[in-house]
Amino acid sequence: MPFLRILLVRLLTTAITLAGVAVIVFFVIRVVPGNPIAMMLPPGATEDDIARLSALYGLDKPLLTQFGIWVAGVMQGDFGTSITTRQPVLDLVLGRLPATLELSIMALVMAMILGGAAALTGTRFRGGRTEGAIDVANGMALSVPDFLWGLVLILLFGVLMPVFHISGRVTPSLELPFTTNFYLFESLIRLRFDLWADLVAHMFMPALALAIPLAAIIGQLLKQSLKETMNLDYVTLARTKGYGETRVILREALRNAALPTLTLVGVQFTFLIGGTVIIERLFSYEGLGNMAIDAVINRDLPLIQGIVILFAVIFTGVNLIVDLLYTVLNPRLRHG
Amino acid sequence: MAEARAIDGRSMVRRKAGLRLWLSAGWLGLLCVVALFAPWIAPKDPLAQDLFLGRLPPFWMEGAEPGYWLGTDSLGRDVLSRIIHGARVALAVALIAGTITCLVGATLGLLAGFLRGWVDLVISRLIDIWMAFPPVLFSILLIAVLGPGLVSIIIAIVVIDWTRFARVVRAEAMAQGAMDYVASARVAGRGRLGTMMREILPNVLPTIVVLLTLEMGIAVIVEAILSFVNLSISTDDPTWGGMISEGRTSVHQAWWVLVFPLVTLFLTVLAFSQLGEGLKDRFDPVLR
Repeated sequence: MPFLRILLVRLLTTAITLAGVAVIVFFVIRVVPGNPIAMMLPPGATEDDIARLSALYGLDKPLLTQFGIWVAGVMQGDFGTSITTRQPVLDLVLGRLPATLELSIMALVMAMILGGAAALTGTRFRGGRTEGAIDVANGMALSVPDFLWGLVLILLFGVLMPVFHISGRVTPSLELPFTTNFYLFESLIRLRFDLWADLVAHMFMPALALAIPLAAIIGQLLKQSLKETMNLDYVTLARTKGYGETRVILREALRNAALPTLTLVGVQFTFLIGGTVIIERLFSYEGLGNMAIDAVINRDLPLIQGIVILFAVIFTGVNLIVDLLYTVLNPRLRHG
Repeated sequence: MAEARAIDGRSMVRRKAGLRLWLSAGWLGLLCVVALFAPWIAPKDPLAQDLFLGRLPPFWMEGAEPGYWLGTDSLGRDVLSRIIHGARVALAVALIAGTITCLVGATLGLLAGFLRGWVDLVISRLIDIWMAFPPVLFSILLIAVLGPGLVSIIIAIVVIDWTRFARVVRAEAMAQGAMDYVASARVAGRGRLGTMMREILPNVLPTIVVLLTLEMGIAVIVEAILSFVNLSISTDDPTWGGMISEGRTSVHQAWWVLVFPLVTLFLTVLAFSQLGEGLKDRFDPVLR
């Protein structure tokens, strides 16, 4: 199948998926009991007040009309107005997105480093106790989800040995010179290493909690393909040339063993991003996920819609990119 | 020589897998007994508050009160008794939600993978849409819709997690459906439904059992997460997640309120998952 056709088919299915998400979230949240308008007015507001405000937010119209208005707005980049903060949903959501992206990417990098190190060490000392220990650690890391790792980390490095911050994104008393919300990135560009260190000290534990399960998956898969690669002829050849075992693994085997792992990392990355919702809550980290939970508690319907759609766009986007990369990188699929 | 070592290594793997299986099953069995007989086993009333006995430390520390083995929380409620009663909710959610999710997901997966055609098209699209939702946010949203309570949690887990079964079972059913024995069963005059139930299902069953065990662990976690954001059952009933949520806020004053329910939850989730992994190895013909 030519690349262009694959691209078109994937784009079409992605569009169907996103439309499905939009329909489901719109109608599900409208069944939520509790009148958001009544919740935002002070006690003692009359029925008239509620009706007037409902009309302002378009909540008095029939459901299908509301849906039509919302879809028409979304097409023009207008996701409506948040009921609790009265700000445009798009601004709110995009304002929080950088915090979540920085957290997710940091977690991904940590997972790759940890998982890579585990796989390489396990391969270097394969068949021995070290490999056994790594397998057991991997199994543990894989069995327990990020939420529990987050709690364990809070206990270990927040309470027992308080070396990292357990809540927030940055120390509130610090003055922030940033123009964007990519704090971590911008602090590096502005060479403000003091701020960077503070941001990392806040981000370290939530990112690690997200990273541990993914690190285990990477470790397991990479070790498996490394061990398979180590039996191939070209690796044996490198060994007969007299190269040391460590060098053979790092310079010869790793290059070929990495591809299958990388393709899997893409899909797993979307699971990691989904995990940020509860991890941000656990560490009071001011990202999208934390805002989402508040939005549900406050019945802020337009905001919930916006956040869910944004998550769906990120998930499907990552999957789309991974699929396409895989097609490009894998010659068998390209010409098949 | 090398072969002997390989065989030896394999039996090592088996023995380890066996131990893992027994340890996990043992822990879960113990939990079941504790949950069933909670009112008789728990040393105190899990709901009884006594502000004079608030934040008592566990028994080996100074200032502990006899009878309160694992200390008390800020309202003076016995931590051990609350963990024991919390096991009831955790296990009820694990067993009921896990089983229903399994039935729904496996049925849809089986239908999609075996019947193919438009059935597969619809179910696959649905799976795609479901995979685009962040699951935790989805579950919180559903609880907001359904209202808190045990039944709502179970519904939320089924609605969200059926795709876990459907995806894997669909792929397996497709692989099995392409095999010769299925074709011969059809030639021998079996109907489509009969082939699916009598030929495909038994071959996919081991996978389903493994997934079910894993799903039970996930269900326990989901309940804990929902309790953590205060959306689970009413605040009166003790749940591990609710205890963890309370413990998290007072962790600097009374670490035991967080640690003991957390350890229990950790071991339970680990046990379900190790049980699943152990069963997977048992079913795996290469290792057997």
